[in-house]
Amino acid sequence: MATKILTDATFDSEIKNATTPILVDFWAEWCGPCKMIAPILEQVAAENEGKIVIAKLNVDENPKTAQALGITSIPTMNVYKDGQIVKTIVGAKPKPALLADLAAFL
Amino acid sequence: MSKVEPLVIIGSGPAGYTAAIYAARAQLSPILLEGSVTAGGALMNTTEVENFPGFQKGIMGPALMEEMRAQAERFGTRFITDDAVKVDLNGEVKTIQDGSGNTYLAKAVILATGSGYKKIGLPKEETLSGRGVSYCATCDGFFFKEQVIAVVGGGDSAVEEATFLTRFASKVYLIHRRNELRASRIMQQRAKDDPKIEFVWNSQVVDILGDDKVTGLKIKDTITGKEKNLELTGLFVAIGHEPRSELLKGQIDLDPNGYVIAKTGSTKTNIEGVFACGDLVDHVYRQAITAAGTGCQAALDAERFLASQGIFSA
Repeated sequence: MATKILTDATFDSEIKNATTPILVDFWAEWCGPCKMIAPILEQVAAENEGKIVIAKLNVDENPKTAQALGITSIPTMNVYKDGQIVKTIVGAKPKPALLADLAAFL
Repeated sequence: MSKVEPLVIIGSGPAGYTAAIYAARAQLSPILLEGSVTAGGALMNTTEVENFPGFQKGIMGPALMEEMRAQAERFGTRFITDDAVKVDLNGEVKTIQDGSGNTYLAKAVILATGSGYKKIGLPKEETLSGRGVSYCATCDGFFFKEQVIAVVGGGDSAVEEATFLTRFASKVYLIHRRNELRASRIMQQRAKDDPKIEFVWNSQVVDILGDDKVTGLKIKDTITGKEKNLELTGLFVAIGHEPRSELLKGQIDLDPNGYVIAKTGSTKTNIEGVFACGDLVDHVYRQAITAAGTGCQAALDAERFLASQGIFSA
């Protein structure tokens, strides 16, 4: 797997210590659109190694982080740069549309 | 350039999958573009389907779609998990291009792209999407534990969502612009019997309150014109669907609401060799079973058309 797994315990340090932009996909098992976009994120991760880190956080197992960020819809994909949120994408979308949203970071 | 296939099916709800089952059993070896993030269609985001014949105990929407897909696969459907992004339906050979740049050529095409959810059209709806505004109860109900929320809409999906959301929320307002629901009687009764659901009749959402998250709604009485605020943290929009026909504009006859026009009693469109089925065509019944039914019709119509062209198998 080209994506990285984050948890409530590792979230803060991973965001702070990231040396490239990092996209965090907030997801859960029961969410259909999350499952649809998962393979697309895997591809984006594999194709853009070194440029962007693609990470996933399961909101069911790690509710604290999602709650602290005020997330109310999944999938939500936040892109962090230098520890700050620089882009938020809500909802699953096809790969070309996702790549267009991420163009500034690739 | 790839070879000319007998049949390409675009879309993968009950209509697309059923068309694929029939076409595959007719040995047409159809290619089905099932969508990169929409495979399985609208039922993928629902919970229990209680009215699909053959499942007396009910079946979960995603499980039903998985069954249909597997059935289509069993008979030789070739699945492409991508979207049709460009089509040229005129002429004897139709061209379909997917999101990865692959091109498919086909003698016949079945359109089954279904419908997408309708937005209310309020400016705040966009900015607060993912901040309290949601279009998927099964995805997002979890985030509203012990909170007061609202569902707007009056059809089966609105009432189903409201009932589902009582698992999480402390209270669910069901806001509807008229004084009666379109939803089926059994679902209405279930909602009316639910102590957590409060009906807000004859009301329209005119504004979503809150800057960086939803804090309430401004609603307007459709009869008296009086406005009032409801304090809540979540809004689930379920006011209906609109056909996904963007791709077809200018190529195929659509009605003023964007539905593909099929000839009465068939699935034929105005273009020879192009057939349409499911929610893309149907603005009246809009059921999984009627979509499946028209999907079957489309496959039979396509099979007959191909036979008239001397094509009997892939």
